[in-house]
Amino acid sequence: MRAVLTVIGHDKVGIIYRVSELLASCNVNIADITQTILQDYFTMIMIVETDACNCSFKELQEKLDALGTTLEMSIRLQHEDIFNSMHRI
Amino acid sequence: MIDINQITETNRMIDAQHLDIRTITLGVSLLDCADSDSARCRERIYEKIVTRAEQLVSVGESIESQLGIPIVNKRIAVTPIALVAAGCRTEDLVPFAETLERAAQTTGVNFIGGFSALVPKGFTPADRALIASIPQALAATERVCSSVAIGSTRAGINMDAVRLMGRTVKEAARLTAHADGIGAAKLVAFCNAVEDNPFMAGAFLGTGEADCVVNVGVSGPGVVKCALEQVRGADFNTVSETIKKTAFKITRMGELVARMASRALNADFGIVDLSLAPTPAVGDSVGHILEEMGLERVGTHGTTAALALLNDAVKKGGVMASSSVGGLSGAFIPVSEDIGMIEAARCGALTLSKLEAMTAVCSVGLDMIAVPGDTPASTISAIIADEAAIGLINQKTTAVRLIPVPGKGVGEEAEFGGLLGRAPIIPVSRYASDDFIARGGHIPAPLNSLKN
Repeated sequence: MRAVLTVIGHDKVGIIYRVSELLASCNVNIADITQTILQDYFTMIMIVETDACNCSFKELQEKLDALGTTLEMSIRLQHEDIFNSMHRI
Repeated sequence: MIDINQITETNRMIDAQHLDIRTITLGVSLLDCADSDSARCRERIYEKIVTRAEQLVSVGESIESQLGIPIVNKRIAVTPIALVAAGCRTEDLVPFAETLERAAQTTGVNFIGGFSALVPKGFTPADRALIASIPQALAATERVCSSVAIGSTRAGINMDAVRLMGRTVKEAARLTAHADGIGAAKLVAFCNAVEDNPFMAGAFLGTGEADCVVNVGVSGPGVVKCALEQVRGADFNTVSETIKKTAFKITRMGELVARMASRALNADFGIVDLSLAPTPAVGDSVGHILEEMGLERVGTHGTTAALALLNDAVKKGGVMASSSVGGLSGAFIPVSEDIGMIEAARCGALTLSKLEAMTAVCSVGLDMIAVPGDTPASTISAIIADEAAIGLINQKTTAVRLIPVPGKGVGEEAEFGGLLGRAPIIPVSRYASDDFIARGGHIPAPLNSLKN
C-alpha cells in the first residue's frame, strides 16, 4: 500500500538522510518526495510504498516515532486513503 | 502526487482542531437470542455480543494507527432488550443489564446501548418491566445505556410513558446520588427515535437493521470553528458555504473509516452519522461555533437562527459526501459536554427555555442538562412532553437527558467526569405541572402524520 510520511519541525542537518536510511533498512520504497517551509517549519512529505516492508505497519510507525524523538521532529505515517477520501471525489 | 497543502490541512484538523472519529458503534441484533428461559436468553446474548464484537476494539485501534486519526470510542448497540426479553415473562430485567455490562467489559467497549423499550403508542408487559428495571440497572452497571421511545410523529405521544419516565429519571438519579445522579446521564427519552444512531446514550439497533452493522459517528466542532474564523465578518451565505465544505471533508473521512471497519469486522456498513458532537475540551465546542458567528454568548438572541443554519449546513455537506448519511446527523447541544455551553449556563446566558427553542432546530434535544435535585417528577415529565411535542409536530428526533442532581440546587455544579463533563445546575419553572401529567393517556398523532 501507499502511505504518506510527514516530517515537521525545525530544519537541521541530515533529516532526509536519517529518514531515508530508516526506510531503506525496512525495505520501504520512496515513490515521491517534496519539502517546503510552512509557517517557519520544515515540512517534508514522502509518498512511500510499504508492500515489501520487512516489518509491520505498526512497527514501522514505532521506529519512525523513535527517530522523530531523536530528531525532535514530528514524524507521522498514514495510509494515503485518508487524504484521498477527504480531498478527492 | 498528493497536494502538500491538503496533507497539512488534514493533519492540522486532527492535531490542532480535535477532528476525530467519535465512535465506531457495532450494532448487534439480539433477536435470535430470545428464549423462554431468562438465564438461557442472557447466556445467548452474552455469547452473541462477545463473538460478534470480539475484534471491535482491536480493529478500531488498527484503523486509528493506519490513518493517523483518533477513534475515540468503540461501542456496541443492541436490539432493545424489552423485545429480546419479552419471551422470558420476567418482571426483573436488571440481570439483562448486568449481562450487557459483562459483555461490554469482555469486549473492552466503553458503552453499550440498548437497554431500551419502544412505547410510542403503548406498552407490552416486557416494556413495563424494562422501564421499572431502568434505575436499578443503571445503578448496578457502568457502561450500560438506556433509552425509551415515548412518542413519534406517526404514533403520537404515550403520556403514560411520559409520566413513568419522569419518575424513572428521578429514581435513576437518586440511586446514583453519590455520583451526582450519573444514572440519569445514561438514560434518554426519545420522540422519533432513530434506529441506526451510533451515539450514546440513545444508541440501539432497530429491528429493521441487519444482523451485525457498523455505524460510525464523526465529529469535529473545532474544525468548523476554525474554518469560520477564516471568514469572520462575511455574510451568512459564506458562513453556510464554509460549514458545508468542512462537513463534506469530515464526512468523507467518516465513510472511509466505516468502510474499513465493516470490512474488517465482516459486518454490514450501516451509516455515517455526521454530528458535531462537542467534548468538554477547549476547542471542541458547538457553543463556540455559534459565538464565532457573532453572538456574545450562546443562548442570547440569535442563537436559534445560528444553530438552524449550522445544523442545516452540516447535513447538506454530509449528504454530498456520502450516500449513507444517517443516524442523527447535525449539531448536538449537550450542555455538560460543551465548554461553551457550560460557560454560558454558568453566567445565566443559557436558560432551559432557550435550550428548548434550540432543540427545535438542532439534531436531537435537551441533552445533559443538570437541574435541581428537588425538581418534581411531574415537572421532568412535563419537560419530556414539551420536548416530544416539538419532535412530534416538526417530524424530527427530539430527546431529553436531564439529571436532577440529588442534594444540589441552582448555582451549584454536577461533576460527571470524562466525556460526560460537568454541568452548572440551571433552574426549572417553579410552577407545577402535576395535574397535566396526572391525566395520562395518549396525545394523538398529528395531522401531518397522515401522509399516505
